[in-house]
Amino acid sequence: MAVDEGLRSELQKQGIFVLPFEQLYNWGRKSSIWPLQFGLACCAIEMIASAAARYDLARFGAEVFRATPRQADLMIVAGTVTKKMAPLVVRLYNQMPEPKYCIAMGACAISGGPFKDGYNVLKGIDRYIPVDVHIPGCPPRPEALIHAIMTLQRKIANQHLETENRLRWYDKNAETEFPIPSYGDHDLQPPANCEVWQPPRSYRDVTLDEVKKA
Amino acid sequence: MIQPLTEEKQFTRTPGSEGLIETQTLEVSIGPQHPSTHGVFRMDCVLDGETVVALKPVMGYLHRNHEQLAERMAWLGSMPYTDRLDYLNSMSNNWAYALAVEKLAGIKVPEHAEYLRVIMSELTRILNHSCVIGFMLQDLGAWGTPLLYAFRERERILDLFEAVSGSRMMCNYMRFGGVRVDMTSKDLAVAKNIVSRFPRFLDEFEMLLTGNEVLLARMQRIGILPKELAINASISGPMARASGVEYDVRKIDEYGVYGRLDFRVPVGNVGDVYDRYYIRVLEMRESIKILQQALHDIPAGPHVAPEVKLRNFKIPPGDGYGRIEAPKGELGFYLVSDEGGKQPYRYHVRPPSFINLTTLEDMCLGHKVADVVIILGSIDIVLGEVDR
Amino acid sequence: MEAIEKIKEVAAQAVPGAKLEIINSTPAAQQPALLVDRDHIYAVAKFLKEDPRFQMDFCSCVTGVDYLQKADNPGFIEVVYHLYSVAQKHGPIILKVRAPRELDQCRVPSLTSLWRGAEFQEREAYDLYGVRFDSHPDLRRILMWDEFTDHPMRKDYVPPADYEWEPTPHHDTLERTVQVGGITPPTAREELEKARKK
Repeated sequence: MAVDEGLRSELQKQGIFVLPFEQLYNWGRKSSIWPLQFGLACCAIEMIASAAARYDLARFGAEVFRATPRQADLMIVAGTVTKKMAPLVVRLYNQMPEPKYCIAMGACAISGGPFKDGYNVLKGIDRYIPVDVHIPGCPPRPEALIHAIMTLQRKIANQHLETENRLRWYDKNAETEFPIPSYGDHDLQPPANCEVWQPPRSYRDVTLDEVKKA
Repeated sequence: MIQPLTEEKQFTRTPGSEGLIETQTLEVSIGPQHPSTHGVFRMDCVLDGETVVALKPVMGYLHRNHEQLAERMAWLGSMPYTDRLDYLNSMSNNWAYALAVEKLAGIKVPEHAEYLRVIMSELTRILNHSCVIGFMLQDLGAWGTPLLYAFRERERILDLFEAVSGSRMMCNYMRFGGVRVDMTSKDLAVAKNIVSRFPRFLDEFEMLLTGNEVLLARMQRIGILPKELAINASISGPMARASGVEYDVRKIDEYGVYGRLDFRVPVGNVGDVYDRYYIRVLEMRESIKILQQALHDIPAGPHVAPEVKLRNFKIPPGDGYGRIEAPKGELGFYLVSDEGGKQPYRYHVRPPSFINLTTLEDMCLGHKVADVVIILGSIDIVLGEVDR
Repeated sequence: MEAIEKIKEVAAQAVPGAKLEIINSTPAAQQPALLVDRDHIYAVAKFLKEDPRFQMDFCSCVTGVDYLQKADNPGFIEVVYHLYSVAQKHGPIILKVRAPRELDQCRVPSLTSLWRGAEFQEREAYDLYGVRFDSHPDLRRILMWDEFTDHPMRKDYVPPADYEWEPTPHHDTLERTVQVGGITPPTAREELEKARKK
């Protein structure tokens, strides 16, 4: 991109914008994120609140909640994902067209949260689908959701169309469909998609005894 | 998962269609991801044309093991989990659990705390009812407006909850023998302000909705629930009262200080969707009356019973059942304590919206599929409570 | 409303052969319950519903409780019904019925034909506790999926080891996860061995 920065800002003052196509494309995508209208639990109420009058998600171009996954760019997993619901969440994600993003909203969607010990609670949606932004909180405030959307916008703005780390969409061999778990006798089969998710590995630095002492 | 149609049911065709072209019934699954199922609820409908001939509710998509988790922790440990039962109104869930535990342990609550509880729970009631009407009209196709108006009012009430309890939605406010923190005089002034301006919002709401022709056409004579069936199917709350069942736990049990507050219980006479809508509006007006009295009469005193020690809290062996009139109906907790008594041996929630779903099929049969979503909306379910 | 002793007496007269027993609640709650044997629970419930003195037309709450084996008794599943009267605005009368814990014998008569309100709640008790309600119109799982084979609210239920080991001081979690073959990092077993040796 051999346009001089000084020249570019000089042209901008005249109302002429010189941009690489990539930036223009990303600007368009990040300013019109259409989330899937899809609430699971308590966090969904805060999701509605952030779209309602006071917090007004429309300021960030993300107010067009679509009821069908075929028209949505972003899935906000708002609430506890139970094992009975998990296959359906994965299926919905598969049905969304690329490029697609996922926000795990709230402690339950991240890890199971307060309900982690439950027999029917999935310990984090990132076991089956890749998550772009995690929002902690139980439930997160609407401001936190707005912050997550802005974080996602930054992520989109920095995505490349051509280089090594280009959009998943442009990769020939990219995974666009994620395997849907099935209902088993005691648990979901398989309990996690190991291509997407691995158990945490930070134990390498810490021995158990040190952890126990701490 | 629907059962195959019986011979008898296959012939329940739309009247007047005899001798016309043979048609087949169509099985449609509405949900769990559907904009009008209020969360992750599913209805397996069998349709003849557009008419519903069978409908089975399928739930459990939000079954997050609240009861089992509660049986593993101390009595007080489940208090924050009750917030997440019916996540639109955490305060009244707190109260139901606190009331049940107080019943088992024989704790007497100071009067000041009782008034604080009444104030908080009536605020959640108006919050819940206004939001529910918003959701219901969302289903009708009134895109946004009533819901946004309701959420505008909700934010005002949530500001107060946040100032008092520290959290917007999950308040975790009540404790055994009282409440966690007292309301300051500033908080009380804010509450008075909310109460004084709420009737104006209600008038605006009613001006838009109550006499609206489209709304009358879509709501009246739809989803009628007869009185006898409502009692027999254990329907409670506004839904039962819309069908003419004059039953309000606030009046029957007179828990808290409801015995000395002056309010009426509105009762409908048709039991259709419109009655369920209008009962909620009337209940909000009654709640305003209660709030005005409570804010005026609130005596000084401790906000929690001083003799209750929350640390190492124990209950003698035995069981007990405590219930309150939550915004959605009778919310009860059945608790069993065993030897040791440090934690519940059995902890069961009697969720009103779960049981109110029993008659969903009866109300929907014979109506068009578009009416199903509004009948469901008028039941007022919250999946956190239905599935627990 | 009459005291529980009186109700017991009246019910015993109305339903000959019924074995009735009074079970006390916590001292403060003052909600004694009536334990009825399995063969007569339907008749007693029907009597309480239809008798003009009681008119228990509102079956508020139905639930199961699992009592494990103890020294003096072999354990049982108890189904509890809380009855109120809307017509006379009194209550509750609490009925309890007990069934053995073994899955094939754990059966009680369904009261759904008396109170529709018991329909979903009995299905829930079947799902979570494995109580089979005879003559229930539609006894299927309601909360868990249909392929599920356990009854998770029973006290001896073992949940699936689907959690991962976290770098937190929960040694028990690691121990259990390794034992039942849950999701563990590759070196979890070594870590555990090391911890055990020390």
